[in-house]
Amino acid sequence: MSDNSLRLVWVYPDLLSTYGDQGNALVVERRARQRGLDVQRVDVRSDQPIPTSGDIYLIGGGEDRPQRLAAERLLRDGGLERAVSNGAIVFSVCAGYQILGNEFVNDMGERQEGLGLLDVVTVRGEGERCVGDVLADIDPRLNLPQLTGFENHQGVTHLGPTARPFARTRLGRGNGTGDGTEGAYNDTVFGTYMHGPVMARNPQIADLLLKLALDVNALPPIDDRWYEALRAERIAAATQPA
Amino acid sequence: MAGNTEPLSPRAKLAVTAGKAAAAVSRAAGRGSGSVIGGKVALRLDPDLLGALAQHLDVVLVSATNGKTTTTRLIAEALRASGPVVSNALGANMPAGITSALAGGSDAKYGVIEVDEKYLAGVARDVTPKVIALLNLSRDQLDRAAETRMLAEKWREGLQGSKAVIVANCDDPLIVWSASSSQNVVWVAAGQEWKDDAWSCPSCGGVMQRPGDDWFCGECGFRRPTPSWVLSGDHVLDPHGSAWPIHLQLPGRANKANAASSAAVAAVFGVPPQVALERMYQVQAVAGRYDVITFQGRELRLLLAKNPAGWLETFSLIDPPPTPVILSVNARGADGTDTSWLWDVDYPRLAGHPIFVIGDRKLDLAVRLEVAGLDFRVCETLDEAVQLAPPGQIELIANYTAFQDVRRRVGN
Ligand SMILES: [Zn+2]
Repeated sequence: MSDNSLRLVWVYPDLLSTYGDQGNALVVERRARQRGLDVQRVDVRSDQPIPTSGDIYLIGGGEDRPQRLAAERLLRDGGLERAVSNGAIVFSVCAGYQILGNEFVNDMGERQEGLGLLDVVTVRGEGERCVGDVLADIDPRLNLPQLTGFENHQGVTHLGPTARPFARTRLGRGNGTGDGTEGAYNDTVFGTYMHGPVMARNPQIADLLLKLALDVNALPPIDDRWYEALRAERIAAATQPA
Repeated sequence: MAGNTEPLSPRAKLAVTAGKAAAAVSRAAGRGSGSVIGGKVALRLDPDLLGALAQHLDVVLVSATNGKTTTTRLIAEALRASGPVVSNALGANMPAGITSALAGGSDAKYGVIEVDEKYLAGVARDVTPKVIALLNLSRDQLDRAAETRMLAEKWREGLQGSKAVIVANCDDPLIVWSASSSQNVVWVAAGQEWKDDAWSCPSCGGVMQRPGDDWFCGECGFRRPTPSWVLSGDHVLDPHGSAWPIHLQLPGRANKANAASSAAVAAVFGVPPQVALERMYQVQAVAGRYDVITFQGRELRLLLAKNPAGWLETFSLIDPPPTPVILSVNARGADGTDTSWLWDVDYPRLAGHPIFVIGDRKLDLAVRLEVAGLDFRVCETLDEAVQLAPPGQIELIANYTAFQDVRRRVGN
């Protein structure tokens, strides 16, 4: 990125913006501006080319059919893979997370090729849909506080050798594999099943993306009062019996 | 054509009586109107009861994500010009509630029935409606409801081959997709502010082009049909091009749209638009919605908004700044337990209003408003918010159970 400006790309809101996914874009944008950055947000529709010069790319969740269409169009476009090879940061949620993997099962029940940016493979879960609050410990290497989120998915995502689990669940299903993993990451590419949207309850994730984009270790503090209050409430609600 | 003839079978009669008894017991126990429990008992005794009750009526079904309760009231009011009407006016819109409502209207000519989106196809099979009014479809309660396009597809399959006249909003691509498998459709240009569930062509998945009020898919040719009824500002244009003024006690563009659709429905039964629209003026608050009440010496207008499309229409009808606004959001079972939809609501439109936030999920809302860069105050109770609000009538916007909480508190 160039000095004081940040290019934030929101990928395919026409297909992948079902669960308030715009929220992640809004939180990253807001927190960047509060640090004095000049944010250029680009919302890319699925009939437009993905710009390759973005700093941070966000991909949201969606229904089964839009997911298939998004994967087809992203693979045909090739821009996201080029951006990642240029060092761009990608944060993906739910259907978007599955698309970044090697393979997922689409709405026709067929195995469909993903972008291969994360070493994961998603199959359709046999059990009940995973719906509800999640509490998890994020990989200590990322130096982030506890993850609080809300999940709603049928997919079960298996991690390959080069993908690290983003977090370990204390509560909730995460990747749905039964091994307690939640999400995956690899260098600058992140995937999670948390929507809600996840940045509202975990603004430190937004800050992590900003730090990676700016290549700095710390950011000026901002007023996190409401985020902290929400975090505390949701963590308490998840751990107390209803 | 209705008001006839064939009496209920002994089994159906027994079912109706048992249902009424159960409803009376439920009411006596203080559990509300008892209409749902009564309907459940009756349907258990005679599963064909819904169809049997409807046989004697000209039935109109109304379904949508937003506005179905109000539109049901408007249509019922309009059709009373031509005969007695039975209706599930209190919004009990699943089969048990519908059965219960119909059982109470043995002398009626018309049955005007609000139907939950998930049950539309089934109810349409059971009651052979004369008209089905389809207003809009958008995301709602995603943690438990069907995906929006899947719902449209279910409607499309369920309505195929129906003999009913479908009165459908041609400004909502998902509604057009649902209705266009039917033979007999009356298109109403009723408008729709919310567009974010139909950027992808429901037919082929292509990207939708939406210049101005028009829309079309560049890939398969699926496009907005030509309407025969048009909402134009404060008027509705009928198929002959005559403009009829809409005078409602209900506020907002969305209710004008509901009135336009209702006029088109009434016309199917020979009620002229002028007569229909004049009668619609009778409709005041619907189950507390839009009611202006006095609480702690202040005037509060009660507005219900359950999903992003509903909030958008609501923002367009509130009084301008500096009118104070109280927002209340819960996430209990009936609301959907996932609050992610807050991020799809265009809260920046509230800039300039003094904003007060209450409800179970006030902190989710607080973060949403913080990120929108708005000034707001979080309050523990409705009373506190009302006391802090600067002078003027207060607009109160709440989602489903939050709205019920407010009504209980203010004694509405
Ligand atoms: Zn198309």
